[in-house]
Amino acid sequence: MRKIAIAFITLVAFFPGISRAVEPEEMLGDPALEARAREITRELRCVVCQNQSIDDSNADLARDMRVLVRERLKKGDTNEQTLAYLVARYGNYVLLKPPLQLDTALLWFSPILFLGLGVLLLRGYFRTMRTAPASQTPLSQSEQDALEHIAEEG
Amino acid sequence: MAAEIGQFSLITSFLIAIVQATLPLYGAATNNARLMALARSAAIAQCLMVALAFVAITYCFVSSDFSVGIVAANSHSDKPLMYKIAGVWGNHEGSMLLWVLILALFGLAVALFGTNLPSALAARVLAIQGMIGTGFLAFIIFTSNPFMRLHPAPVDGNGLNPLLQDPGLASHPPFLYLGYVGFSMAFSFAVAALIEGKVDPAWARWVRPWTLLAWCFLTMGIMLGSLWAYYELGWGGWWFWDPVENASLMPWLAGTALVHSAIVVEKRDALKRWTILLAILTFSLSLVGTFLVRSGVITSVHSFATDPTRGVFILGLLIATTGGALTLYAIRAPSLKLGNLFSPVSRETSLILNNVFLVSLAGAVFVGTFYPLFVSAVSSDQISVGAPVYNFFFPPMMLVLMIIMGVGPFLSWKRGRIEDAWMQLRICAAIAAATGFTVLWLSWGRGSFAVPALAISAWLALSSLLVLARQLDVASGSPAKIAARAVGLPRATYGFVIAHIGIALVAAGIAGVSAWTTETVTKLNVGASTSVGSYDVKLVSVGKSNGPNFEALVATFDVTRHGQSVDTMIAEKRYYPFPGSETTEAAIRVRPLDVLYLTVGDQDMAGAWTVRMYAHPMVTWIWFGCLVMVVGGTISLTDRRLRVGAPRRARPVTPPLVPQAV
Repeated sequence: MRKIAIAFITLVAFFPGISRAVEPEEMLGDPALEARAREITRELRCVVCQNQSIDDSNADLARDMRVLVRERLKKGDTNEQTLAYLVARYGNYVLLKPPLQLDTALLWFSPILFLGLGVLLLRGYFRTMRTAPASQTPLSQSEQDALEHIAEEG
Repeated sequence: MAAEIGQFSLITSFLIAIVQATLPLYGAATNNARLMALARSAAIAQCLMVALAFVAITYCFVSSDFSVGIVAANSHSDKPLMYKIAGVWGNHEGSMLLWVLILALFGLAVALFGTNLPSALAARVLAIQGMIGTGFLAFIIFTSNPFMRLHPAPVDGNGLNPLLQDPGLASHPPFLYLGYVGFSMAFSFAVAALIEGKVDPAWARWVRPWTLLAWCFLTMGIMLGSLWAYYELGWGGWWFWDPVENASLMPWLAGTALVHSAIVVEKRDALKRWTILLAILTFSLSLVGTFLVRSGVITSVHSFATDPTRGVFILGLLIATTGGALTLYAIRAPSLKLGNLFSPVSRETSLILNNVFLVSLAGAVFVGTFYPLFVSAVSSDQISVGAPVYNFFFPPMMLVLMIIMGVGPFLSWKRGRIEDAWMQLRICAAIAAATGFTVLWLSWGRGSFAVPALAISAWLALSSLLVLARQLDVASGSPAKIAARAVGLPRATYGFVIAHIGIALVAAGIAGVSAWTTETVTKLNVGASTSVGSYDVKLVSVGKSNGPNFEALVATFDVTRHGQSVDTMIAEKRYYPFPGSETTEAAIRVRPLDVLYLTVGDQDMAGAWTVRMYAHPMVTWIWFGCLVMVVGGTISLTDRRLRVGAPRRARPVTPPLVPQAV
């Protein structure tokens, strides 16, 4: 099964180039509803492609998912309800923007954690500098010469 | 014959690399001048042998020798010469050979131009380069041999994926590799410095030009990839946050940080440990990039070969390189002296903040790229991390960094005063705010997230220009005096001003195209029209034509704007019989402020054609801004003090204050 999946993925891998994405006949008549559909389909992953949203993909499955999204919207679902419907069918894997939960907390907070760590290290650095002995390494002979040289010229 | 010569050269270069990696290191430790000098000859010989292997495989491609496996799999006798050559690196084995060739070329550059390096440092740097070379040559010889023969040989080849038959993409991998592999120089210098236990401003002066050079190449490589995706993939995307794109972005971010932290080492003799660590991290991230592309461990639109042995081998190399260097760092770094002091408000601090932001961004991109793998390893859950995640943190952090970039140059070294900087910069802040309000007013209700981005871009561009104006003291003196000052100003100053303006252009372009793109997807009969953005587009005709190795469907469009005819545009859909695939050749009309992008798709039963049209405001600024950055970097490289391999000439004639390197 896994082998078939890999073979399939390699097959599809050559196709992103000619992706035609959403086709005119799929689109909804109501521009407001269609705009919402586009917004939602951009956040859903094409599950047989490699890192493409269903809005960008020309795979058959992506097309089916696009149609499904539009059907849900026509039935009056909100954006959240539509997304929830697709997650119920395909799992969190379809969300290009994973929900904030226990196992994704590290992902969502990583930028702020890195920044915080950087600021902490910087604070520590300044603290070390403040407590470091004020006297620097004494000037070497060549430095001393250079200094005198400059002083004489000046 | 050529393949056997290549195979032989490859094995010879591997043996030479082993010599280069070991004896000079021993020589440097025992102060044996002859063994140290061996490093140079070995680097030259290794480069010649790798070059010979590369010429051999190129010859196999050009002469369409289909008894060689990768030629049969990736080339075809009908292919134009340019793409026969580009086909060399359009596959796994050949591209790894290119990787090693570039590594050997950098080694050659040190051997030839680094004659003024202290001999122990040169020997150690070249030995480290030799180690990396040994690892990758072993990888090629044992898992990815490009010279493998087929028996019986096929009559003709499979052809190269037509998407890759494009000048932009033909030059994309070489530039990218020049960048990735170029960072190996900083790595080798860092490891050599750790072995010697000494980092001083002279060290930074040797490292910085190499890093800057690699940075310029990497910027160019990323830019070419993005440009290619835009015009070739047929839907106007220019960045996808694909794992393999992230793989090039991470070393770029770390490398950018490194270019800046090396300034602090050079000018202020501070931040040494961090710079060494950053040099190790930058090259490690380049290796991570190679690993990502070559192992197929993460699904990506770029996946090449997915062979587990290769993945494991590269992972091994990555662990050995990074792990070895970090272990050495842990042992030796504490002995590196703390550098000169500076106050929390100073040029040094602004450069450190630049590093904090850039490295945090690289870290967050790293986490995002590997997170799906991590989650599936620790739980049964499967998640995806796509563009919405990166768009959540990347732009805001970048914008804060751009604000800091504007302030930094106005703070003095060692101890600056924020009030002084503000006095000079408030005019820039005022104009930037005015820009923001103008944009807000003009685009009311549409894409208002572009407002801060454009205001901050304006801020960065203006404050960078103000640096020049201040340095030239434009407000006083005759034009002749200003011109004289302009000639005397260090090239590095022009370089950084230009590069920072490049960043401002990229940011503005990204904001503009993200906020105000308009798109029309519809069906048109021949003779019918539709509109996109402020353009009216009429489908005039659809015909057929034949290219050298493809058949094309050709759609002609008439474009009018406000009733006035502006252009005739031609979009194509091509079919390549070998290897039997299609490409979309969009019709693209480029103007400074916007790009009109038309593609033609399939015909339906009723005879109507599917057309996709996009008006992309400011999109060209992205690539133009990258070019501006590369120009800035290049100008900086020509600065006397930074000239690659020739830093000694830059020494002042008077006895220098900086302690001489041994």
